[in-house]
Amino acid sequence: MSIQVSTPPDVAENTITSKVDRAAYLAELINLRSPLAESLSWVQPIREQAVTQLKERSIPSNRDEEWRFTDLATLLKTRFVGLEPGELPDSAAISPFLLAESASSRLVFVDGVYAPDLSDTSGLPDTIKIGSLKDVAVPQHLAQQQGADEVFTLLNTAGVSDGAVVLVPADTVVEAPIHLLFVATGTAETLIQPRVLVVASTGSRVIFVEDFVALGDRAYFTNAVTEVWVEGNAEVGHVRVQREASSAFHIAKTAVSQARDSRYQMTVINLGASLSRHNLEVYQTGEQTDTTLNALTLLGQEQLSDTHSLIAFTKPYGTANQVNKCIVGDRAHAVFNGRIVVPQAAQLTNAAQLSRNLLVSPKARVDTKPQLEITADNVKCAHGATVSQLEEDELFYLQSRGIDATYARTLLTYAFAVEVVNQIEIPSLRDRLVAHLRQLPS
Amino acid sequence: MIRENSEVILSIQDLSAEVDGNPILKGLTLEIKAGEVHAIMGPNGSGKSTLSKILAGHPAYTVTSGSVTFHGKNLLEMEAEERAKSGIFLAFQYPLEIPGVSNLDFLRVAYNAKRKHEGLEELDAFDFDELVQAKLELLKMNPSFLSRSVNEGFSGGEKKRNEILQMALLEPKLAILDEIDSGLDIDALKVVSSGVNALTTPDNAVLLITHYQRLLNYIEPDYVHVMEAGRILTTGSKELAHELEARGYDWVRDEEVEAIAR
Ligand SMILES: Nc1ncnc2c1ncn2[C@@H]1O[C@H](COP(=O)(O)OP(=O)(O)OP(=O)(O)O)[C@@H](O)[C@H]1O
Ligand SMILES: [Mg+2]
Repeated sequence: MSIQVSTPPDVAENTITSKVDRAAYLAELINLRSPLAESLSWVQPIREQAVTQLKERSIPSNRDEEWRFTDLATLLKTRFVGLEPGELPDSAAISPFLLAESASSRLVFVDGVYAPDLSDTSGLPDTIKIGSLKDVAVPQHLAQQQGADEVFTLLNTAGVSDGAVVLVPADTVVEAPIHLLFVATGTAETLIQPRVLVVASTGSRVIFVEDFVALGDRAYFTNAVTEVWVEGNAEVGHVRVQREASSAFHIAKTAVSQARDSRYQMTVINLGASLSRHNLEVYQTGEQTDTTLNALTLLGQEQLSDTHSLIAFTKPYGTANQVNKCIVGDRAHAVFNGRIVVPQAAQLTNAAQLSRNLLVSPKARVDTKPQLEITADNVKCAHGATVSQLEEDELFYLQSRGIDATYARTLLTYAFAVEVVNQIEIPSLRDRLVAHLRQLPS
Repeated sequence: MIRENSEVILSIQDLSAEVDGNPILKGLTLEIKAGEVHAIMGPNGSGKSTLSKILAGHPAYTVTSGSVTFHGKNLLEMEAEERAKSGIFLAFQYPLEIPGVSNLDFLRVAYNAKRKHEGLEELDAFDFDELVQAKLELLKMNPSFLSRSVNEGFSGGEKKRNEILQMALLEPKLAILDEIDSGLDIDALKVVSSGVNALTTPDNAVLLITHYQRLLNYIEPDYVHVMEAGRILTTGSKELAHELEARGYDWVRDEEVEAIAR
């Protein structure tokens, strides 16, 4: 089912339309990559293989089914530049983004480059390997997830020159949440390519937060890739907050693979960027695996945010629970495509997907589509999609108690969103998001 | 309590109103003075709730003629929230559930909106908590209601109590209570009624809408109005309610017809 609200605007005519130009543009982006540090020689073949694969590829257009609603014309109009070594922001500049719970369990990256002076991992057990890709070699894991041949994922892989690595050994419980803070300086149209690799070994437990923030407001381009390995009976909590600058571009891949008896719970908050795309892929590779995905996207002005998710079952007794909520105002546009694949071998699985959308302006638009591909016969798979507006009667109830119309709208919008935010078990982050939601004009 | 010289709080003159082009109120006139309790009874669909929502400022209804003044001001020009802050309170026949908004937050925001309107300082969470605890006791409500979402999953009777809790906090000049007794058992009815009675002063007024004379044993009205087809058919004292309960609305209709014939 596709719920489409308002008529789709004409696909914007852009100057770069031909396949050749899109390929040439992609080649230019590849050339913006930073040189490899010496310690990363093991990455060289991985980068070069990606470059080779990209030779056949180009930036997708609306004719590409996966990119039907997300027009990359504005991205193609921007000339991005490579990273120039510049001055690092000081700790005062990043302090508003820090989390009390992660005071000594955080890695900070500035424009994708590890900033040791801003990072602090002293509170973590010594057995955990955490730091820059330059310091922790992970040849057996990097770029090994399924779906790594998607074009923007390849672009990132072709340019890998730094990244965040978290390796949690078996049976280790990491109490403090690990904060991976990606600060974009936003002073130029830079291509920033953050890379994250998290491995939770057998029986371990860890919570990590990926947090994308900005200091300046130029139209930079974050192209992020995160790979998560959840080994047998391990438990991973993953929070992703995208609060990029309002004119930025943000395209991201999250690829997760879950071994048997593992639990993975992700909460995504999308707030920033003029154009954002999240490709979220979870591969259940073992039996009795549990996946929980919650997402909240909050859009205004002319923002466009597209989430394409995939939950791929392969073995019996898997469960998955997904809630995707969007609040769309002004002339913004939210897209959700939720694919769930249950092959013949994945019997006795149980999946539920709910897409709930709130339109707070008449010009806002939502396209939502579940995509269920089920060949197993003994499965439960529930899905639903709703698009609604603020209820006049609910507004009236609040107004009849003296609450002004604007605040009443804010309260009701907040009420719609809070369920997702409440999934975040880190109080300082949750409170900050709640405060943000309670002030938002809608 | 009827007093000669008390101030007119609400004056409705010849009010007609419609929703989606359907006329519902058809020339309704009603005057309420400070200290008075009025009851409106009338068959289903006669327009009682419509009247209450128009007074509270629901945007779905269009006033086609007539006037409403509240403390001498033109009520119809005011937004719903202005009316509330000036002292109009409507206890809804069907209070809405608002999942995700905590009852405590809701009550505090509403209370502080009124404080601000009156030029008073807003109460912080701590002071407000103290105030609300006292009001809960008055209505014999469990404090756990505060942490739940507004009316979500409340039983019918709990919703009605929650309405009166809001009334107790907002201390309105005119409380319009639309079927506050429907769905209440006798014990709850006593609690709710004594709550309302405790809030009545010589300076404010109550407009009760009900189908049952039983409520009027606990909250004694000075006037009972019978409404039908969008207007007040007749007005009497509280004995009229007994007559209505015993003889039904047809009897009033017949009396009216006779009166006109005479
Ligand atoms: N929003 C609306 N749209 C259409 N018709 C409406 C609307 N609101 C009220 N009406 C109609 O107006 C008439 C009066 O309704 P109202 O709710 O005021 O009656 P009431 O006297 O309160 O009845 P009850 O005793 O059953 O509560 C009814 O015929 C009702 O269907
Ligand atoms: Mg009614």
